[in-house]
Amino acid sequence: MTEKPAIPAASQPTRLTGAEIVWATLAGEGVRTVFGYPGGAILPVYDALRKYPIRHVLVRHEQSAAHMADGYARASGRVGVAVATSGPGATNLVTGIATAMLDSVPMVCITGQISSKLLGTDAFQEVDITGITLPITKHNYIVTRPQDIAPVLREAFLIARSGRPGPVLVDITKDAQQASADFDFEAAAPSPHRPHPMLSAEHDAISESIALILGAKRPIILAGHGILESGAMDQIRTLAERLHIPVASTLLGIGAFPASHDLSLGMMGMHGEAWVNQAIQQSDLLIACGMRFDDRVTGVLASYAPNAKKIHIEIDPSEVNKNVKVDIALVGDLREILETILPHIAPRKDSAWVRAVNAMKGDAAVRDIKNLPDLGHLYAAHVIHDLWRATDGNAIVVTDVGQHQMWEAQYYKHDSPRTLITSGGLGTMGYALPAAIGAKLACPEKEVWVIAGDGGFQMTSAELSTIVQEHLDINIAVMNNGFLGMVRQWQEFIYEGKYSCVKILSPDFVKLADAHGIAGASVSKRADVLPAVETARNSGAAFLINFMVEKEDAVYPMIAPGSALDEMIRRPSNGHNPLLETSEEP
Amino acid sequence: MLHTFVALVEDKPGVLTRVASLFRRLNINIISLTVGHSERSDVSRMTIVAEAPAGAGHRIKASLFKLENVLDVDDVGQFSCVVRELALIKVAATQQSRAPIFQLAEVYRARIVDLAPESLMLEITGVAAKIEGLIQVLSEGDNPILEVSRTGRMVMRRGQHTSRVLEAMRVSSPEEEPIIPVTISEGDLEVFSGDPNHPL
Repeated sequence: MTEKPAIPAASQPTRLTGAEIVWATLAGEGVRTVFGYPGGAILPVYDALRKYPIRHVLVRHEQSAAHMADGYARASGRVGVAVATSGPGATNLVTGIATAMLDSVPMVCITGQISSKLLGTDAFQEVDITGITLPITKHNYIVTRPQDIAPVLREAFLIARSGRPGPVLVDITKDAQQASADFDFEAAAPSPHRPHPMLSAEHDAISESIALILGAKRPIILAGHGILESGAMDQIRTLAERLHIPVASTLLGIGAFPASHDLSLGMMGMHGEAWVNQAIQQSDLLIACGMRFDDRVTGVLASYAPNAKKIHIEIDPSEVNKNVKVDIALVGDLREILETILPHIAPRKDSAWVRAVNAMKGDAAVRDIKNLPDLGHLYAAHVIHDLWRATDGNAIVVTDVGQHQMWEAQYYKHDSPRTLITSGGLGTMGYALPAAIGAKLACPEKEVWVIAGDGGFQMTSAELSTIVQEHLDINIAVMNNGFLGMVRQWQEFIYEGKYSCVKILSPDFVKLADAHGIAGASVSKRADVLPAVETARNSGAAFLINFMVEKEDAVYPMIAPGSALDEMIRRPSNGHNPLLETSEEP
Repeated sequence: MLHTFVALVEDKPGVLTRVASLFRRLNINIISLTVGHSERSDVSRMTIVAEAPAGAGHRIKASLFKLENVLDVDDVGQFSCVVRELALIKVAATQQSRAPIFQLAEVYRARIVDLAPESLMLEITGVAAKIEGLIQVLSEGDNPILEVSRTGRMVMRRGQHTSRVLEAMRVSSPEEEPIIPVTISEGDLEVFSGDPNHPL
């Protein structure tokens, strides 16, 4: 790569074009990598890019640019940036923006727009992208003057990362990119955010919470994504350890509390382990931390945790009492609130409740499937379990959406934050491969694994080219069962096994990888899993493994829609399936 | 039930869409929405009346706060307020048939603001019930109503209330003026009610 000149001094005003101001502002915000795709209305910005030390990753579809920026943000905690042209370039971002919105991911999307004089005329590649993205962005802007670009972009970064993070879109007209203005990075600093009178963790509520926490006999911490966003991992751990409070995670909360910790219960909700949901139903106090009682974690609301008082610590006041009525809401930054609470929590010795919860595992137990016979079949759960062992739980795993996503959450034990990257809220198939590219660029020193199903992988598999073009060492595990597995499972359980449009034909993924210049292997026996994983890990380049897994396996336990949290569909124990939920050998 | 919110918003293009879109997203019908200048330059004031379940106020208010252009929100339903609406009503009336309408206008303290050979226009200010009362009486008479234009409600809390958020932000404030003591005229008392849903 050729050396690029340093950023122009930002301390005093410099005369720059709007396009140059875009990059100078991004550089000033600390952006080193962007993901994008050029086009007519963004040409001036791409021309100016040559002068700035920012790495641009050329994607194969703008949706992937948004997912990459999202994966970059989730892996690093920094704001991800995606760039696209007007019209179709901008509309292709939409799914990626909505994905980031639903999962509160800080992201700035920059789109080119036709010249301001032509706005509203249906000019070539004109689309009202600020109108289209209005409900799926935290905020968006259209900029028509070069002098507004720096202040707007700086405000966009502030909004994206402040409070409950989210995506912000900045649409810049071509004439604003071409015209010149004075650029002064410091002077463009946004004014402080308006005060928010609904953020309140009042003294009374705090003392009431402390009394509830100290008085609870069967407390549970519900650990959500907000712990990662607030950086409250240590505080949660301290709270749990001082009072021996078991910790159940949401899908996006995985990694916020070490999965191998004695007090970790695992993931709660629709595909949570039986004991997690049973424990929640029996609990007398839920301490919900940075989570939003999504329908996937509560089951039917009328019977959710009927005996539990609920304390909700959450930064977004619109989430309070939205789904579940809580007894105390502490609205504000989770870490700050826990810091206020912790000095009043003295350590205790023991907890009968933890022993009771551990006993519950006995019945549903022990999902450590290492030693169970596989009867010649290859199960995705086995693959993920072996992958966890092989990587020592240290890889960043980026999953797609569906059965494999749930198996990953159940069988890969994440001990550190930001190591599971997955589309939880929107459930976007096709997310994994591009998001992994973003994650790898954010954390080049980390081992990155994509786990995707054969359906979702084909939605964005064109990004294999991007991996090669950018020389990225990303390992890809395709869980190939010939079905859209989760939909098939719902049709099996809820539509009497009548399959509709769930059988999917795939290309030979190893040959597909080979066509891109990526090495690969196909695995259909348990014994071949670890050797293939080791080959991938040691290859020093991207590697794809096509795991030919059991075709009609299902994720257990499952709470059917409309059921209570403890009404689970359990794996039938007919002796044919090695993944029994009892600890007995089949 | 009817919820009434006063939102102070930045005076910029697209802000109305953002606010209206939020209600659309929550599947809540807006009964009326009035927008205009406030006492501060660059800040518009909206009064939004919406039909929503009793417990929905908190969430609507919190969701409004999530909009970056919204500076402050007040759920005024529980407070003592002055509520006003203005309506223009055009009625078909010839020289011969005007007299009863003049009488009605007198009773309702409406004003005749336009007089044409075959129609006249009334202007009336008050709470919704008063306006609806006049419309009702007019429609029962012999002179057909040709047009009705209503502004929707404007609401202001009584007493020395003002936006603390705007004060904290030091948004350009109105010129320093002595606080005028609250005076209530007879007309106010007749139509005022602390409850915006009260008929009079």
